Amino acid sequence: MERAASSVILSVLVLACAPADPSGYEPGEERSGGDTTVFDTSRAAYSISARNLTFDERSRFLVGNNFFGDNWVVAPSSTSARDGLGPLHNALSCGSCHLFDGRGEPPGEGEEMVSMLVRLSVPGQDEHGGPLGEPTYGGQLQPRAIPGVPPEAATHLAWEEIPGTYEDGEAYSLRRPILTIDTLAYGPMQDDVMTSARVAPPVYGLGLLEAVPDATLLALADPNDADGDGISGRVNHVWDATRGETAIGRFGWKATQPTIRQQTAGAFLGDLGITTSLFPSQECSESETECRAATAGGEPECEDDILDFVVFYGQTLAVPARREADDPEVLRGKRLFRDAGCASCHVPRLETGEHEISALADQIIYPYTDMLLHDVGDELADHRPDFEADGREWRTPPLWGIGLLQTVNRHQLLLHDGRARGFAEAILWHGGEAEASREAFRAMSRDEREAVLRFLESL
Amino acid sequence: MVFPTQGHLFRALPIALALSACGGESAPPVTAEESLEVTETYARILHAAYSDAVTGAQALDGAIDAMLASPSESTLTAARTAWTASRPAYLETEVARFYDGPIDDPETGPEGLVNAWPLDEAYIDYVVDASGTPVEGGLIYDDAELPTIDEASIAERNQVGSEENVSTGYHAVEFLLWGQDRSTTGPGARAHTDYVEGGEATGVARRRAYLAATSSLLVTHLEEVRDAWSESAGNYRADMIAAADEDPREPLRRILVGMGSLSGAELAGERMNVAYMTKEQEDEHSCFSDTTLQDQLHDAIGIRNVYLGRYTRTDGSVVEGESLSDLVASRDADLDARMREQLDASVTAIEAIPGPFDQAILGTDDAAGRVAIAAAVDALRAQTRTIAEIAALLGVTINLEE
Repeated sequence: MERAASSVILSVLVLACAPADPSGYEPGEERSGGDTTVFDTSRAAYSISARNLTFDERSRFLVGNNFFGDNWVVAPSSTSARDGLGPLHNALSCGSCHLFDGRGEPPGEGEEMVSMLVRLSVPGQDEHGGPLGEPTYGGQLQPRAIPGVPPEAATHLAWEEIPGTYEDGEAYSLRRPILTIDTLAYGPMQDDVMTSARVAPPVYGLGLLEAVPDATLLALADPNDADGDGISGRVNHVWDATRGETAIGRFGWKATQPTIRQQTAGAFLGDLGITTSLFPSQECSESETECRAATAGGEPECEDDILDFVVFYGQTLAVPARREADDPEVLRGKRLFRDAGCASCHVPRLETGEHEISALADQIIYPYTDMLLHDVGDELADHRPDFEADGREWRTPPLWGIGLLQTVNRHQLLLHDGRARGFAEAILWHGGEAEASREAFRAMSRDEREAVLRFLESL
Repeated sequence: MVFPTQGHLFRALPIALALSACGGESAPPVTAEESLEVTETYARILHAAYSDAVTGAQALDGAIDAMLASPSESTLTAARTAWTASRPAYLETEVARFYDGPIDDPETGPEGLVNAWPLDEAYIDYVVDASGTPVEGGLIYDDAELPTIDEASIAERNQVGSEENVSTGYHAVEFLLWGQDRSTTGPGARAHTDYVEGGEATGVARRRAYLAATSSLLVTHLEEVRDAWSESAGNYRADMIAAADEDPREPLRRILVGMGSLSGAELAGERMNVAYMTKEQEDEHSCFSDTTLQDQLHDAIGIRNVYLGRYTRTDGSVVEGESLSDLVASRDADLDARMREQLDASVTAIEAIPGPFDQAILGTDDAAGRVAIAAAVDALRAQTRTIAEIAALLGVTINLEE
């Protein structure tokens, strides 16, 4: 069902070149990242610099890549630019979670979480309206630590299968994760702790999303469902630590980070235990005495010039081009995707505005996201609020490049905790505002469902 | 760009195989026979270079045994000399990285256990803190974490799925021989007494065991990779040759991906330009011994070896055969001439950098060291673009970061 209202909003955003091709192919739509787009279908597809960077910018990208990929080491070390790991941490490098700049995955049977972490909070809000960390363990569980410091805990995931059927009678099975946390090194957690396990999201194309004007997000938002389509996207208002004020959130599973710089500095601190000028103090609680006594690798451990390089890298990873965008079956899937209402939130086309990196400015992009929060139902909820996002809301994740996930990351585990084994399961988990779309998919013939999947594979 | 299971030197590079359907090139397609000839030479060169690397690592292992049997400044110096002498052959094999070959196969490749960097010094042994006080720690002091020290136990501790800290390989041996490099003028200066039982030093027995085990493990890993390139059925070399029959371009793609990735993103980018841009002291691969320039030089020579189909062994003998250069020249003599000139120019430019590398990166942009590094980076980048042109000529398009 195509809705006039959302088309109106979109028509404000699109250029004057309406698709002329009656099949539904829009010229240029294979260039998902506009002029940044890279044509690559190898394992490196998410790892390449925006194709329209200057030579000097590509140098900066490569330096950033280096600090993104290399391990940080325990301080003190001879390699002083690269030390300061931990004391408590989840990983040794950005790249060990964002493998090949792609998507993390939940651990296998009996394995430890590597490219996945568990956020923690207790009821209430901090001074900026953000979540209150658990008093002992903070805002995120860190299952690893440098020598001499006890890791906070061990985390395990088990799975429970939930059978279901399509309307044509074909059976499927979904799996729900069951998180357990044990080996707590610093005593019990507060009884009312809220947990949320998340895999590392992909890091390509973020700069383009950063370059989409706030006004576009606000225009896409419909917090009170004024148009009556059952979809009520909201922006998350979060704390911008750089500017010391509230800003619109764009990044992270709940749109809690306003800028790539803050996202990066937050990950440096939370995931690696590396301080930056933005977040200069380690988060060791009162009871974590070994953590408090550990040697720092500088003040801050990651200096501004290095942080700048890594931020630049995160801003300029190119988006891979689509394959077979004009294939009739793909186009059929694209129409079915739109008619099921998926495109109401997974907005196909946006335009970027100004950005300090000119390669990202004024681009027509095809990210398949509105970057807004949506209630997608109880089944997917983590019941953990984060700034204005409630426990049932998630940010629409971009779908661009997702068809190369198997090639790059050797898995197709989707959603915030990797519970979905492939596109169909991911769709079938949608509820809340997306329930009608999910039901439309469930009611499709097998043939139609396969066309939708073909379309997603082409992204 | 990150490979999952290894450290710094195990890095995916932006390479695409897009068989150009409309490259506008009119060169005749490469025949299976031409591809086989080049591939055979390539495999022979790699087998020889890895064999030399094994020989060098064995000599190093012997020198370490001699040092442990009788620790003194002179036996320690001999071990350090053996380490430095063992490096060039290995560096000349690095042109065979970045396409998931035997050295860095995502599942079985030992690269991260062999040459990974940066090294987690404090994870292995004592280090000196900011005030100059030694801080005892790391696996050598941690009986609980590592009860037995042998090849198997340290391999297991190392970098599993990138969660573990780098604690084996050339740079671990280097750290154990030289110690931390905290000097701005020279390499590390570990005392031989670190290996003398019953003396002043602590952790001696376990340090001795750790060095012996790491050194043996290095030999073991290099032997594995050498054997993947030997003339025997069912190994990687056999597979690569079979691939030439199936699609003559495929082995050439791997060869060019290795050359181009090492030349551009890895050597010009990661190993030179990063340090040039950050000016971070010790941000260099062989920082304990201050032999980074030797590494860079032999990486560049390794690229040239593969193009020219000619490798000079450690003993001075030469392995050579039908080369990529011959193949390119048969189609575009000018392009071949330019490639050969650029390969020579890069080697010359690296030779012109005044050592040590960690000093050459410092100062203003018109300081002699920085000018020389910038020139070498530019030379490597220029040759990387030519490698991409050659790929296009041969019907393989690759995305290379310069």
